[in-house]
Formats: sequence, structure tokens, C-alpha cells
Amino acid sequence: MPKTSSPALAAAPPLPATANPAAGTPAAAPRYGRRALRAFLRNPTAIAGLVLLALVMLGASLAPLFYPDDPLGMVGRPLLWPGRQWSHPLGTDSLGRDVAAGLMHGARISLLVGFAATCVGLSLGILVGAVAGYRGGWLDDALVRLIEIFQAVPSFILLVVLVAIAQPSVATIVGAIGIVTWPTIARLVRAEVRALRSKDFVVAARGMGYGHGRIILREILPNAMPPVIVTSSVMVASAILMEAALSFMGLGDPNTVSWGSMIGAGRELLRTAWYLTALPGLLIVVTVLALNLIGDGLNDALNPRLEKDS
Amino acid sequence: MDPLLSVRDLSIGFRNGAGGHWWPVRGFDLTVEAGETVALVGESGSGKSLTALALMGLLPRSARVEAAGIRFAGQELTGLPERAKRRLRGRDLAMIFQEPMTSLNPVLTIGRQIAEVLRLHQGLSAKAARAQAIELLDLVRIPEPQRRVDDHPHRLSGGMRQRAMIAMAVACRPKLLIADEPTTALDVTIQAQVLELLDRLRRELSLALLLITHDLGVVAQWADRVVVLYAGRKVEEADAGPLFSDPLHPYTRGLLAASPRMNAGRHYRDGPLDEIPGSIASAAGQAGCPFVPRCPAAVAACAEAMPPLLVPAARRAVACPVAVGLPLPGSPLNSPSAASPEFHP
Repeated sequence: MPKTSSPALAAAPPLPATANPAAGTPAAAPRYGRRALRAFLRNPTAIAGLVLLALVMLGASLAPLFYPDDPLGMVGRPLLWPGRQWSHPLGTDSLGRDVAAGLMHGARISLLVGFAATCVGLSLGILVGAVAGYRGGWLDDALVRLIEIFQAVPSFILLVVLVAIAQPSVATIVGAIGIVTWPTIARLVRAEVRALRSKDFVVAARGMGYGHGRIILREILPNAMPPVIVTSSVMVASAILMEAALSFMGLGDPNTVSWGSMIGAGRELLRTAWYLTALPGLLIVVTVLALNLIGDGLNDALNPRLEKDS
Repeated sequence: MDPLLSVRDLSIGFRNGAGGHWWPVRGFDLTVEAGETVALVGESGSGKSLTALALMGLLPRSARVEAAGIRFAGQELTGLPERAKRRLRGRDLAMIFQEPMTSLNPVLTIGRQIAEVLRLHQGLSAKAARAQAIELLDLVRIPEPQRRVDDHPHRLSGGMRQRAMIAMAVACRPKLLIADEPTTALDVTIQAQVLELLDRLRRELSLALLLITHDLGVVAQWADRVVVLYAGRKVEEADAGPLFSDPLHPYTRGLLAASPRMNAGRHYRDGPLDEIPGSIASAAGQAGCPFVPRCPAAVAACAEAMPPLLVPAARRAVACPVAVGLPLPGSPLNSPSAASPEFHP
């Protein structure tokens, strides 16, 4: 074939790139993920969310360093207001427990439950959604009915029932939140997989002799991931809220301190010692806000319709 | 020696609402010898792509494929379990598709996609597969293969994507490559390059090429043998030369007459091109020759039973007794005036 036409063929990227190849610059084709990451990092609100979440994570990881003792232990005079005593910068609650210690240790529980429950929900949801969407037929019908049954029950009521039946502990709460949230992911994945199943490149992959597992894992799921990633950041936020609500109602793990249980404990002193509810509440707001900002940023970065060629 | 591929009496059906089936492809025979280029020609809806997908075993489960036999490379494909068919696909039997824009996975680099085929069928390590992928990109004349191997499909132009698809398809040196309108979505200049590439690969890798197209120019230039489909029936088969110099079936004649470059010295500006009146019949069951409503030579007997394939000369077949001069009973159905361009059924 004529050599002269090659540059014309290579002219997919616009002008600056056509000037480069001759110079041999490693104008490295950025990978899809890297490009999305760059778009994400250029988004100021996403960065704000990332910074806020990083601060919360930093606090959680430093908790054992600052407060190596049990945060549920009594350490000082009860109902000490924040800023009165240097050893307890955020004051103490009605039983003389350090509020700052509770907040830092509570962050560990909130984040742990948030991320672990999302992992459980994601695994279940992706499994069910991919099987239903790819296989179709009666299995799809059956799984969709199952999803609908779960979605017909108010999710928080189901959560309370599940936690009440099992003994409340971090593990059971994680499992219960996962069971409550998987149908959302399953629906999403099923819809994506159904749309992708008949795409040309999937037919081509079958033409290459790939098996079903390989087609689902390598061809379909990677293409179905962007909306799932976006949804999962919001899922972490809602899992944190669910855990807080459970703890507030006294259905949390009794052996750990969490933001929800701190709010629950401070509820009766709302008029005299409002900081006991306001401080953990503020942290919940900040964390959930951060995760939602990250979700928005991911949505902008991964949405192919908004994608600009770099 | 056995032909590489021989298909006998292939029919493809889909359920219709009334509990029966309609058959877009009926009674189709095809043989492809090793190393030759066979063109499957027909207008949209004539069943070309369905036939290709049926050969690959890629039709949806709702489709019903019946055949007296499909032999490929000494192996009977009908009734072969899915696992065994999967091993053949991509290794001995490969296909490239019409739409290069959507036939590659958008999230994987083309190198990864080519390497995947090699790793599956030849058990290569990731490193060896990558090296082979670069060689394959070079083979299909993609410039700077070391760099392009890490590109995602969206960085490539349509022609380059089709080349990458071809690299994937020939990665395991298949014996038969089915190309379903490989150039329809491409620019004319790129079309010629891609076809040239396919022909070079056919020679270098000694593969047979089943070229599905509706472009008679492509057929005349590249095919050894031509099979003409009309409404799911084979109406004519011949070597490319005789077919173009002496078309027998009224449909083939109409096609050639309607094609501007076939009439030497005639340009579409010189006057209206001939056309075949009417449009392709629906596949819904009708007894006789499907071309009857549009055929200038049809007589009453044509509408009663599908004429069998006749062999008027060596390596030729045509499904029209009128065309080879056999007398058929009955008066002409479509008088010349009715078959003029003003005719609307």
C-alpha cells in the first residue's frame, strides 16, 4: 500500500498530535482510566470532596495514636464544654467520655461500615445483575422478581429487622446494609449488560471463540463500570447514613463508638450541651457531602458524552 | 481433496407469530476451496449476513438453523457441541464485521484485544502475545505498531480500526476468513487499501476468503468465484469472469445493467441507469421463484415451484430454466411495458 497515505490514516487525533509523531515525542496515548482520572483531578468540586474525605480518613487513621485508650472509657469531668480544658479539646459527654476520642474512633467505624457494606452490595449486585442481564430468559425473569421484592420493602425497615434478628455487630451491620443495597446495583448492572450484550464488539468477541465468563468479565463488565463506580460512591455515603441511623436507634454495635450512637446519647441534652449532637452530626454531613462531591466528579469524568478527546 | 468448507441445504428460520417459521435463507449450498476468494453478493435483506453468522454459529438462540451438512476442514459442524465450536472460532474460522467503529471493545487497548485471542487459542504468555500483537499490527500495515499497540480504539481512524480487527481475526492463522461487508463503512480510498490487505493476507497466510458484499466493483476486482443470493435463495453461481461477461439469471443481468461501471463508455450523466423494478420480496413463504414479481422473463410456471439449480456449463449454476433456454409452460407474467420503471406493484 502507498506509504504516503499512512499519515492521513493516523490523523485521528487533531492537529497538535499530527505534528508530534515525527519528532518522536512519546505523546503517550493516555489510557481511558488515566484520561478520566485527569478529568477528575481538574474538577474543583471533586478535589474539595477528595480533600474532605482525606481529612476524615486521616482522623480515623490517627485515632489509635492520639487516643490509644478505649474511647468508651471515662476520662474526666462530665459535660465539659469544648475548649475549656486542654486535655479534652472537644469536651466530654454526660458520662465523662472524651468527645474528640469518640469522633476519631467513630470515623473508623463509619468509614469501615460505609466501604465494607458497599463492597458487599456491589459484589452481590454485580453478580446478580450480570447473570440476569447476560443470560436473559427465565433466569432473568426470576432474578428481576427477586430484585423487585427487595425494592418493594422499605429498605430501612428491612435493615432494622435484619439487624434485630442477627446480633448487632459491625459484621452483621455491614452484611445487612449490603443486603439492603444490592438491588440498586443489580438493576443498574443488568440494564447495562443487556444493552452491551448485543453490541458489535461482544458479537465479535464470540466470533473469536471467547467463552461466556471471559465475555462477561473482559468485554462487558469493564464497559458497564462507569455508572456503577459513580453509584458506589453515593452508596458509601448512604451506608454511612444507615449505620448512623441504626446506632442512633441503639441498634449499633454496643462495643464500639460511632457517630450515630454519640448523637443518640447526646439527644437528651440537646438544649444544654448541643455540641454533643452537633459535632458528630457535622462530621456525618461533611463525610456524606465529600462522597457526593466525589460521585459528581466521577460522573463528569466517566460520562462518555461529556468526554473531550485529549 | 475435500473442499475447505461445504455447506449443503442450509436454511435459517425465525419463529413467526403464528407458531410457524419464516425462512430468510432457504436451501443454500456453498463450497469454498482452500485459498480462494468467494464473493457472496446480494442486496440488503437477501440473507448474506445471516448466512455468515450461521456459519460462525453466532445467531441468537431464537434462530433456527437447519442444514443437511456443514463440513469445515474435514469436520462436521452440525451437531458439534458448543465448546468444540468455540475452539474453532477465532482459530480456524474467523470473521470481520462491517462496522469497525463498534466492533472493538472501547475500554481495552488494541494490543490487549489482539493478545487476548492469542492467549486463548495458542496459550501464549502475556509478553509473547504482546510481541505477536505488535508483529500482527505490522502485518496489517499499521504504522508505528510499537506505539499503536497501546492505543485505545477511539484513537484510531476507521480504516486503522478495520486493520486492527483484521489483525485480530488473522492472529491465529485461520483457514477461512469471513468478511461481512468489510469496507462498506469506509472511505473509497481506504476501501481499496483494506481489500488489497485482505487479498495479500489471503496469499501470505494461505487462507480462504468469503467476501460478503453488495459492491459489484469489489467482486469483479477481487473474487475468484461469485455466488448471487436473492431473497435467501442462491440464484446463480459462477467464476467471476464468466459471470460478468455472460450473466445468466435475469436478476444478475438486472444487477449488472444497473451498475454504472459495467457498461463501458456509459456514465450515469449520459442517461438514467437501468433499474430492476420493484423491491426485494419479503421472505414470507411463497411457492415459486422469489424473483418472479420483478422478473422480465417470468412465465406462469415460475410462480408455482422454485426452479432447481441447473448446470449449463462447468463451474456454473443458475436457478432459472428460462435463462438457459429450457421452455417452460405458461404465458409471460410481466410484459415489457409492465416491467418499465413506472411499474409499481
